[in-house]
Amino acid sequence: MASVMILETKGLSKSFGGLQANTDIDFKLQEGLITALIGPNGAGKTTFVGMLCGRIPATSGQVFFNGENISALPAHQRIRLGIAYTFQITSIFPGLSVAGNVELSLRRAQKLKTKDIGAAVQKVLAQVNLSDRADQVAKDLSYGHQRILEIAMGLAQDPKLFILDEPTQGLSESEVEEFIALIKSLAGDTTILLIEHNMDVVMKSADHIAVLNFGELLAEGTPAEIRENKSVQSAYLGTSEDA
Amino acid sequence: MEFGPHLILASLEGAVIAAVLAMTAMGLSIVFGIMRVVNVAHGEFFMLGAVIAWWVAHLLGGHPAVGFIAALVFAPLLVAIIAATADRLVLQRIDYDPDRTIVGTIGLLYIIQQVTLMTFGPEARPVEAPFNQRLAIPWFEFGENGFEIYWPWGLSITSYKLFIIVAAIAILTALWVLMTKTKIGLIMRATQQDSEMARAFGVPVKRVYAWVFGLGAGLAAMGAVLVVPVQQAHYLMGHDPLLLSFIVVIIGGLGSLPGTVIAAVLIGMSDGIISVFFSPTLAKILATLLVAMVLVFRPQGLMGKLRS
Amino acid sequence: MTDIQRSNWLHIGVVIALACSFFILPEYHSGNLARILVLAVYAMGYNLLFGYTGLLSLGHALFFAAGMYGLGLAMQFFDFNPIAAVIAGLILALVVSICVGFLALRTTGVAFMIVTLMFAQAGYLTILYFGEYTRGDEGFVIQQADRMVGMIDLTSPMGRFFTALLLFAICFFIIAYIVRSGFGLALVAIRENEERATMLGYDVMRLKLQAVVISGVMSGSAGAAYALLFGYAGATFATVQYSIFPLLWVLLGGAGVTIGPLIGTIFMFYLIDYSSAITPAYMLIAGLALVLLTLFAPQGLAGELRRRFLPWLP
Repeated sequence: MASVMILETKGLSKSFGGLQANTDIDFKLQEGLITALIGPNGAGKTTFVGMLCGRIPATSGQVFFNGENISALPAHQRIRLGIAYTFQITSIFPGLSVAGNVELSLRRAQKLKTKDIGAAVQKVLAQVNLSDRADQVAKDLSYGHQRILEIAMGLAQDPKLFILDEPTQGLSESEVEEFIALIKSLAGDTTILLIEHNMDVVMKSADHIAVLNFGELLAEGTPAEIRENKSVQSAYLGTSEDA
Repeated sequence: MEFGPHLILASLEGAVIAAVLAMTAMGLSIVFGIMRVVNVAHGEFFMLGAVIAWWVAHLLGGHPAVGFIAALVFAPLLVAIIAATADRLVLQRIDYDPDRTIVGTIGLLYIIQQVTLMTFGPEARPVEAPFNQRLAIPWFEFGENGFEIYWPWGLSITSYKLFIIVAAIAILTALWVLMTKTKIGLIMRATQQDSEMARAFGVPVKRVYAWVFGLGAGLAAMGAVLVVPVQQAHYLMGHDPLLLSFIVVIIGGLGSLPGTVIAAVLIGMSDGIISVFFSPTLAKILATLLVAMVLVFRPQGLMGKLRS
Repeated sequence: MTDIQRSNWLHIGVVIALACSFFILPEYHSGNLARILVLAVYAMGYNLLFGYTGLLSLGHALFFAAGMYGLGLAMQFFDFNPIAAVIAGLILALVVSICVGFLALRTTGVAFMIVTLMFAQAGYLTILYFGEYTRGDEGFVIQQADRMVGMIDLTSPMGRFFTALLLFAICFFIIAYIVRSGFGLALVAIRENEERATMLGYDVMRLKLQAVVISGVMSGSAGAAYALLFGYAGATFATVQYSIFPLLWVLLGGAGVTIGPLIGTIFMFYLIDYSSAITPAYMLIAGLALVLLTLFAPQGLAGELRRRFLPWLP
């Protein structure tokens, strides 16, 4: 299989004051696959993806997207290249309706005529089973539905690369199953980078796994390879697979 | 006229302004530092201090010193109580939401100012200083007889103005002791660090906030009582102290207490010196723009450290 | 009827009702209404920034004064005709708002409020400093003879009222259009969650600057119209108090509602009008209104109306 790299980092590092959050990360993301980024709490996963999409400025190193060096671009310009990002701590527009949230995402990402927007919003909401809540104010949604709304906003961007930071946290079991089915249906057209603690989700959905530990890239490989990897087991799986 | 003696006089006048400003700005700074509240009504608490000082002195009569000392005790106390009540009635209820707090304190500003206008009236009223000797400013020259000290005609400062400087230093020192060496100070600092944590350790955060708000207003009032014998009480006198205090607190670094004192001395002195030599309006324009630029390009203040 | 049609009818209806009111109301009140309409334009400009974008400025008097003095000085010293002078006022407001926006938007929250306050204060002091030309606090009168546009006499009650209404209607429809556009929705997104807006690809800085400029120019147009229609320009209009007024009107009427500014301006105008007949301390009413509003109705009159009865209000 000719593997095309949609995203690449070279020597990406971040330090907060004296604290080294990410050290010299060389990372490649293969187009069209679902890659899971795992690692213990505090391993620097959120910082890492924050640097990918420009939310957190890197201390040093470069980010390439489709071969183009995007290290100097501000966040909104990186997003416009086709990156979507969902926050670990739910981040939506609380005072707007569910449809309004999705509309904002659609309007920026896709050039639609005003009369087509309504239908496009409905289509996205149907994808995540939120159609019947379209007119509800977002802040009145349950926590789980807010998480799903955030995923819907990412979908509406129709991204080339979709970065999800712990999307299943707070979802019910059936919602998690729906989520797995959803991202699997996206894969192929969309590259997915998934930060996930739920190993069940990772093993069921990921084509490829990268492990981050103490701000460094510890290992990479297929789920089977990662499962066999001794250093990963000691750093991560051994302690939290059952938890 | 010679330059030297004028500079001395300007510096002394500047030091008086700086002393009062340091107290007023300190009140604003404490409230911002501990409660994260921008109190737009702060200038009106200053004005209230001056007006109440006039009432107290007026009611007591007798020797000016009696009225003044009574005012120095009662005015800040009364203003503190009014402020703490306002905190309870308004700010606590809106949970110190930043936007609503600004709007609420703008409302308080007008209420205090206009009620003063209705009761105290539009006149400016003087409070007599407890003592007021003229002290001529000495200068020297190298004349025919060598080194000579003389007193240039007309250049003098009053003993009371020197007293303002000393009193402000004493009060600010007392405040420093209160904040760093006492249990009350400890509680305040704990609340500043982390109000949630302080609450968990049994600190009555709401009451602390009311005290702090009262203390901040009381400091402004005390500054006003000190200055009212040289400035007169008037219902619109809160405007300039408010603006200058803002400037000081910003230059000094929002919420940094040592920064506030240093900035107050800097601004007060330069205000005094500049307005002796230049057009006060131009000086104010430049000062205001400078402050705006500091906020834009160095939001941590000239002396503050950047919070991580 | 769809929400969009409803809101179209609402805006058209309001303008028609205002036009009719001139022929119904006694002269005293229609005179007041002309003044209110101009001030409501100022409030609408403010509302775009505060109500929709979520940026609380304490320095809008600077924009109002820029329009006022741009027009006033152009007529006084360069003999501009009213139309050219209005354009001069708008250009000055445009330049000032670009500069202020560019600098002040580097800050957020409390710092933004203070920076705008400081800029406005510097503007006020500048007017005083050039008192030779601006006549400072005293201000100057724009001669009645100059206030003619073609055959229309702007000093007659009718000419004044309908000029004010024309400006109001233009700005009212502009705001209604913006609010419904993608641009308006993006501004609301910034108000609701700035970081999220950035991470959807919105250029937040640029949008905010656009909001400041539109808001500033609209406020400036109100300042220019005020000087032109009422024949006076003075430094009072550049004071902090005039920065706080639009905040008050918008809060009272309803921030983030298109008709909020008009409602708030009418209410506050008459509150102050009546109370100043009783006491010189009429600003007490404004103070009480601010405190009570913050405590009990942070959404304002139209905001409460929307929350309870008319969820479609734009």
